[in-house]
Amino acid sequence: MKKVYVREEVCIGCGLCQVYCHTEHSRSKDIIKAFKREIPRLLPRIRVERRGEVCFAVQCRHCAEPWCVYSCLTGAMRKDPASGRVIVAAESCIACWTCLMACPYGALTRDTANRIVAKCDLCPGQAMPVCVANCPNEALVLSEVEAK
Amino acid sequence: MRSKYLIIGNSAGGIGAAEAIREVDKSGSLTIVSDEPYPAYSRPLISKYLTGERTLEGMLFRPAEFYSQNNIVSLLGKKVEGLGLESHTAELDGGERIVWEKLLLAPGGMPIVPRIKGIGERGVFTFTNLDDAKAIDGFLDNASKALVIGGGLIGISVTEALVKRGIEVTIVEMKETILNTILDEQASLMAEEALRQAGVSIVTCHTVAEISGGGVVRGVTLDDGRGIPCDLVVVAIGVAPRIELALGAGIKVNRGIVVDRYMATNHPDVYSCGDAAEAYDFVYGVNRLTPIWPNAYVGGRIAGLNMAGIKAEYPGGTAMNSLNYFGLDIVAAGMAAPPDEDGCEVLSRQNNGIYQKVVLRDDLVMGMVFVRDIERSGMIFSLMKDRVNVGSFKQALLADDFGLVSLPRELWQERLETSPSRLVPQPAMPAEAVEDFAGE
Ligand SMILES: Cc1cc2nc3c(=O)[nH]c(=O)nc-3n(C[C@H](O)[C@H](O)[C@H](O)COP(=O)(O)OP(=O)(O)OC[C@H]3O[C@@H](n4cnc5c(N)ncnc54)[C@H](O)[C@@H]3O)c2cc1C
Repeated sequence: MKKVYVREEVCIGCGLCQVYCHTEHSRSKDIIKAFKREIPRLLPRIRVERRGEVCFAVQCRHCAEPWCVYSCLTGAMRKDPASGRVIVAAESCIACWTCLMACPYGALTRDTANRIVAKCDLCPGQAMPVCVANCPNEALVLSEVEAK
Repeated sequence: MRSKYLIIGNSAGGIGAAEAIREVDKSGSLTIVSDEPYPAYSRPLISKYLTGERTLEGMLFRPAEFYSQNNIVSLLGKKVEGLGLESHTAELDGGERIVWEKLLLAPGGMPIVPRIKGIGERGVFTFTNLDDAKAIDGFLDNASKALVIGGGLIGISVTEALVKRGIEVTIVEMKETILNTILDEQASLMAEEALRQAGVSIVTCHTVAEISGGGVVRGVTLDDGRGIPCDLVVVAIGVAPRIELALGAGIKVNRGIVVDRYMATNHPDVYSCGDAAEAYDFVYGVNRLTPIWPNAYVGGRIAGLNMAGIKAEYPGGTAMNSLNYFGLDIVAAGMAAPPDEDGCEVLSRQNNGIYQKVVLRDDLVMGMVFVRDIERSGMIFSLMKDRVNVGSFKQALLADDFGLVSLPRELWQERLETSPSRLVPQPAMPAEAVEDFAGE
């Protein structure tokens, strides 16, 4: 499947991926409204980590062995067999956060206002995930690896 | 009837196995038997059934068409009464007999019910399956006060549901704190505070000596003679592995059904997982009971792969719980409260209602507790699971900015799969824009 990889050696830690992710997952899709007006706020599903010279973005790895899926108490989290994406069904998620504890990357976020786990969905409906499309230095790439 | 694969138990473990089998073997006959009459549902959600937030349909662990789509025969509302290992058979309560090649025992646990006076009164319940929730639901119209025996996960779960139904609840816990098998003392006290604020009374260090009634529950008497009036009693003092089938068949049982790293019992064609099984715990390094949903599913998955002929090793599981009762998020795993004199090092910090703790031994993570700020618990859990020596960065584990970047380079590179050679950028923007930005 195709998923997003980070090239740490060219990531400049600018955080634009986070801004675009946040906007894409807002209701208004408007950058200012998404940050300043929308309540409850939707959350970005990507996080930029920085330490000294090193920085990189982290989001859901859409794992071949998805521990979040295996840990889900309700069946809300599943790996779509066709696309390989790990997706969460809003109506089944009870916001118990068991998946959050099972994720080795800290890639899942509590959306407490909407009582659902927030995660990277690879931007359905977009030709390219917005984090990749808007990365100024091609540090994020959408790349194919062999499906499991 | 013949079935290549027979699974006893239609819950986390059974479904984990069935899904794994079907990944490998699409056509081998597969039968799941359960004495519960429902398609697989999320057991932890019975509390949401009791509050009225969910119907059975909203609790289903898999879509209704799961069985037909996966070519699985489900025999629901049928109990397996006995096993023949030499004949590879299972006898059902209706007298039917199933001949199997590979068998999974995923029968879960049975609530422990103490033999105290009055336990047979109407209005005494357990709380481990949907029928329990239905029975309590049908009893609440004329009830205003409940007494819950046991302050563990199930006791707190039913307490929250009852409070939401407007019932006044008292919890009686034998030990000094509630949730004492899951949390450390500090986190338990924080949970108790949340319960008290919701109006729950908690009596610790006591047990219920008898239940009084005369047909229907009227109250209980504690071990110190104190009486507490109530209209119903929920017994939630623990769950014991359902080992009767295994014992009857001569399969090796300790506290639970003993399995190896492939989830096989001492009989090569019989596997087990979930609340019934004693499987490898990676924190303790030995087989233990770890009766939680994720371990049942993963254990079932590993069992299923092996049953279908793919050798797969169980990485092990350990206690891991995420609690959200009464609005308080708590995550705990492994040895949350290490026994003293164990040579453990405890890192912890606490402020503004946030509490975080990591237990180390020989620089390996042995346990963790996070209250309120739980976002980074997954990364710590995975360091525990992968048995990573954290000696060189342990001071960062509880820092505000802890992240993958706090780990040594090899570790985060591996986690992010960033071997640069593999990654070929694809045009993300119009060519001229790329030139403008990419400038090296
Ligand atoms: C109220 C409550 C809240 C919980 N909350 C959490 C939580 O937040 N997080 C968590 O991780 N875990 C939680 N758990 C625990 C979790 O539900 C269990 O760990 C999990 O269900 C174990 O799965 P299992 O497949 O081993 O067995 P079970 O879910 O117990 O299923 C076994 C099935 O097998 C059937 N069976 C047994 N013997 C036979 C037989 N001889 N013939 C036919 N059928 C048989 C049983 O009736 C049952 O349907 C909770 C449990 C309860 C009750």
